[in-house]
Amino acid sequence: MTDVLYLYIFMLAAFTGYEVISRVPVILHTPLMSGSNFIHGVVLVGAMYALGHATTPLQIALGFLAVLLGAANAAGGYVVTERMLAMFAPKTKKKLPAGEQGA
Amino acid sequence: MQWIVDGVYLAVAVLFIVGLKAMSSPAKARRGITWAGVGMVLATLVTFLVPDMQNMALIVVAIVLGGGVAWWAGRVVKMTDMPQMVAIYNGMGGGAAALIAAVEFARGEVHGPVVATLAVLGSLIGSVAFSGSVIAFLKLQGIMNKAFRLPAQNLVNIALGVAAIGLGAWIVTSSVGAGTANAWLLVLFFVLALVLGAVLTSPIGGADMPVVISLLNAFTGLAVGFEGYVLGNPTLIIAGIVVGASGTLLTQLMAKAMNRPILNVLFTPITGEAQAGGAIEGRMKEMSATDAAALMRYSEKVIVIPGYGMAVAGAQHKVWEMAKLLEDEGVEVKFAIHPVAGRMPGHMNVLLAEAGVPYEKIFDLDEINAEFPQTDVALVIGANDVVNPVARTDKSSPIYGMPILDADKARNCIVIKRGRGAGYSGIENALFYADNTSMLYGSAQQAVADVIAQLKELG
Repeated sequence: MTDVLYLYIFMLAAFTGYEVISRVPVILHTPLMSGSNFIHGVVLVGAMYALGHATTPLQIALGFLAVLLGAANAAGGYVVTERMLAMFAPKTKKKLPAGEQGA
Repeated sequence: MQWIVDGVYLAVAVLFIVGLKAMSSPAKARRGITWAGVGMVLATLVTFLVPDMQNMALIVVAIVLGGGVAWWAGRVVKMTDMPQMVAIYNGMGGGAAALIAAVEFARGEVHGPVVATLAVLGSLIGSVAFSGSVIAFLKLQGIMNKAFRLPAQNLVNIALGVAAIGLGAWIVTSSVGAGTANAWLLVLFFVLALVLGAVLTSPIGGADMPVVISLLNAFTGLAVGFEGYVLGNPTLIIAGIVVGASGTLLTQLMAKAMNRPILNVLFTPITGEAQAGGAIEGRMKEMSATDAAALMRYSEKVIVIPGYGMAVAGAQHKVWEMAKLLEDEGVEVKFAIHPVAGRMPGHMNVLLAEAGVPYEKIFDLDEINAEFPQTDVALVIGANDVVNPVARTDKSSPIYGMPILDADKARNCIVIKRGRGAGYSGIENALFYADNTSMLYGSAQQAVADVIAQLKELG
């Protein structure tokens, strides 16, 4: 029964993913790609499971590499997305120095 | 303990979905990444509470090491280099998903045909995403310059794909009951999958790159979802599959913006040699910064078309300074952005916003193309393929059918360009040879600075 339940989760998640971004302006395509890149960084949790249950040196080595890569995906994905989206912030601030924002 | 873990995982799934939703709207996008970030921290912390976890110290070391280096690299990298950073981080996620499957096979914990099938599929897709993303990174970073194309490329792709799937099916059947498979079989399978990803990606270049990265991003999502099933972890399933689905949709949207069906992107890549059509008529004319400044200064309307060359030169601030000088003289200045300008959709908007260009001066291709015939000067700065009229006229050209900005329809066209070479995709640009086009050679930064100096002199 649990196996079937998981398959239901698959199906519902697929519809959710499709619906959630159905109307997205072109200017957000890159940040959104970057943001979803960050979200699949949750693979880190799976990698922690794998390493956390590894026993032989081979398993530990593979698991260690998995955690390393997963953590890089999560941390790097966050920083990059955050920096891209920060560009959308100064919309209110920019009114002040409008005249002399050279260089 | 388990109920705390389960409860937090549920909250994390909600945070991810709400965060992703917010990220698809400009006003809420920043909140979105914060929510998703909170979700990620919670998910990581609570995983330490899972019963029977071993190797805690190693886990911490790996997180600090991998996360720390990636965080630092993401901080220091230039805005123009963001696309390849997305590619490489995505590849790491795919690699992690594949490694999870490897660990589970090594532990003999892959029980039942469904689990085995998803473990194999997840590692196949994850490995392809890993090696494909590494190639994409190397290309965008400029380390790997030439499109590398095998003879009978598509046949090789299909053969590799079939072999990998066949081997995967073998692994699935042999693992039933055993919970694992022959180690050499597994090694061969992973090697094959990695080679497939590299071979599939290496011939792809030019404006197709963002579509490929987006597709590989969706792949990693699916791989993560599948490995979530193998581990029985709903958060991984939900996050992975949501990204897989939304990533697929995003890939379609990007491909549509370029008028390039996804299958064409993968199987008939744009390459310079593919061009069969006749030689381009006319010759390139050079123009001085003085003439360019005068021409624009006494125009009524100028449309600036920024491209990757401007981004690389970091000239966006200078360009905005020039635009303000022109506006002070009563010239109407607009910015026209091609959907894939700057290698990735939206990338150029981000760079211009950083320089302080107001949103209301930035226009999409659909919004502005009709205005070119009434425009005095189209100023092309470091853009090439996206203004090549060949895309409209020459059926034999590899970029035929791609929507372009109609710079050639403006009364005058000034092109700022480093040298005389062909564009990123290696295709000659008919615009540069047109009668009403003049070339202003130099790096975007220097050329625009010269124009600014001349404008100030004109007063």
